Amino acid sequence: MTESVTHLATTLAERFSDVLISCVTDRDETTLVIPAEHLLSVCGVLRDDALFAFTQLSDLCGVDYSTYGQVDWATNEATTTGFSRGRSANTPQHSANVDDNAVDDHAVDQRFAVVYHLLSIQHNTRLRLRCYLTGEHPRIASVVNIWCSADWFEREAFDLFGILFEGHPDLRRLLTDYGFIGHPFRKDFPLEGNVEVRYDPDKKRVVYQPVTITNRVLVPRVIRDDTRHVAAKEDQSDA
Amino acid sequence: MPEIRNMTMNFGPQHPAAHGVLRLILEMDGEVIERADPHIGLLHRGTEKLAESKPFNQSIGYMDRLDYVSMMCNEHAYVMAIEKLLGVTPPRRAQYIRVMFAEITRILNHLLWLGAHGLDIGAMTIFLYCFREREDLMDCYEAVSGTRMHATYFRPGGVYRDLPLMMPKYEASKWHTQAEVDRLNINRQGSLLDFISSFTDRFPGCIDEYETLLTDNRIWKQRTVGIAEVTPERALQLGFTGPMLRGSGIAWDLRKKQPYDVYEQLDFDIPVGTNGDCYDRYLVRVEEMRQSNRIIQQCTDWLKQNPGPVMLDDHKLVPPSREKMKDDMESLIHHFKLFTEGYCVPAGEVYAAVEHPKGEFGIYLIADGANKPYRLKIRAPGFAHLASMNEMVKGHMLSDVVAVIGTQDIVFGEIDR
Repeated sequence: MTESVTHLATTLAERFSDVLISCVTDRDETTLVIPAEHLLSVCGVLRDDALFAFTQLSDLCGVDYSTYGQVDWATNEATTTGFSRGRSANTPQHSANVDDNAVDDHAVDQRFAVVYHLLSIQHNTRLRLRCYLTGEHPRIASVVNIWCSADWFEREAFDLFGILFEGHPDLRRLLTDYGFIGHPFRKDFPLEGNVEVRYDPDKKRVVYQPVTITNRVLVPRVIRDDTRHVAAKEDQSDA
Repeated sequence: MPEIRNMTMNFGPQHPAAHGVLRLILEMDGEVIERADPHIGLLHRGTEKLAESKPFNQSIGYMDRLDYVSMMCNEHAYVMAIEKLLGVTPPRRAQYIRVMFAEITRILNHLLWLGAHGLDIGAMTIFLYCFREREDLMDCYEAVSGTRMHATYFRPGGVYRDLPLMMPKYEASKWHTQAEVDRLNINRQGSLLDFISSFTDRFPGCIDEYETLLTDNRIWKQRTVGIAEVTPERALQLGFTGPMLRGSGIAWDLRKKQPYDVYEQLDFDIPVGTNGDCYDRYLVRVEEMRQSNRIIQQCTDWLKQNPGPVMLDDHKLVPPSREKMKDDMESLIHHFKLFTEGYCVPAGEVYAAVEHPKGEFGIYLIADGANKPYRLKIRAPGFAHLASMNEMVKGHMLSDVVAVIGTQDIVFGEIDR
């Protein structure tokens, strides 16, 4: 498996050297990052070129990178100053120092990304393709004409993240309620939501009202520098 | 001349053949479907967003509730994704237990599918036959995890506990006499493995019974042969996986092509169809039950001979035993940390896919080094299948819509997530 994965990575890097942002292999999985404007041409080649033959789009999803690496509790200074004993809603989120490939290759204003998982049945290989997007209303070309299965996946990503897919024939909301406002999987959308529904006996119909529940964080988000993982990473880079 | 317009009909969400909460807007020309527009999301619970706010282990239980007729297969993909991020491999015995339960789950799923699909298009008896065998498999779930459905049995690093040496037995009550109970308890005298062995010995006979009811049944064939044919090329384009893809003649099975756990060591065949219609997909699924039965037999044989650990011995990932926790300070600390904070996984992203009874069930996990996932995406097989509804029913009659919903093996827990 490993050999074919590295072979795929080198072939991809050669073929797309002019448009490529990065092409990394991590844990036997190849990730190709390309600029959004070259998406359609790259996808067309990936599907039709016999070298790749990615005939199936397994998955397509949006990602919101806006709070990547942020934690509720900073743990690196905890040994000298101690933890605070509770966390209130206003506690600012700390940013831990993460050194990671996933965020290296994109600028700060690129909040959203669309991730495509491709499968080649002929070569028995998988590929992850990622495009970073900018702006509050990010736009990207639709791949629905290359892989039909993108239809609902793109509608879902539009619904949950507000990513606009240009050229999609029928970009409607898919999973949320009729008349829903907002994009619930964005990191700034509250977990408990904005509205709740109940039956109003006076009006004799279902009414919407602001939520009455509050979110309690029972387990704060922390990032710990686990020495075992750091050691494993160094071993990898040495080899 | 009167104006002729297509009729728009609403199907569901409260319809017994909608398999849950499917709402279909059907545009019909007489009784022929012109266009079908499925409206989904009525069971959307935001599992992926909820998982972002919880430590890794606390989301295993949510996985059971995705596809709620193949519980352990969902867990399987999720724990495999975490293990891949952590870079750990569970012990051999745990892998065999996982494979055995994954296959038990496949039979559970296919039995429910067969019963419900049969019921939808006019066969009553098959439903009762299937549920008779499902009951025994549910008892296996209960024996090993304490619950009949939502097991939370697979954990990163292995399985929660070893297989029990005793099978729970029925007790006499005012509804069941002692003689009846004794008869029910005949194959429950030994361990769980003995119970499963006795099941696998008689299960091929049960499948023969189902086939006698359906395979050559004239009405069954009239309702399924030539309905919703999908060519192999279209099946790939539409993102079909699992029995839906194999029914169209493509021999693609992740258990063979990208084997995980111990599937490499096991001997089984991959059935494929030729015409890609509802009848072929029925035949594929029935044969899959026979193959799963073979796999379970091989697993029980191996498990009977090879005792050993079922969980990694890694105190940073696996909670200590109750006993150790009570008299060892270190274990107490680890227990406390694991249950209040969980474990942190190294930053990175993985996609782990299993051959779920319905197709390829994938978990795409992005971690930023924290104790909670940064983003979890569930690739549900039924989502891609239902998306093709419009194409599959176009030109068919209204009553065939029910056959198509059945053949797609729709479960809303995984589609709406």
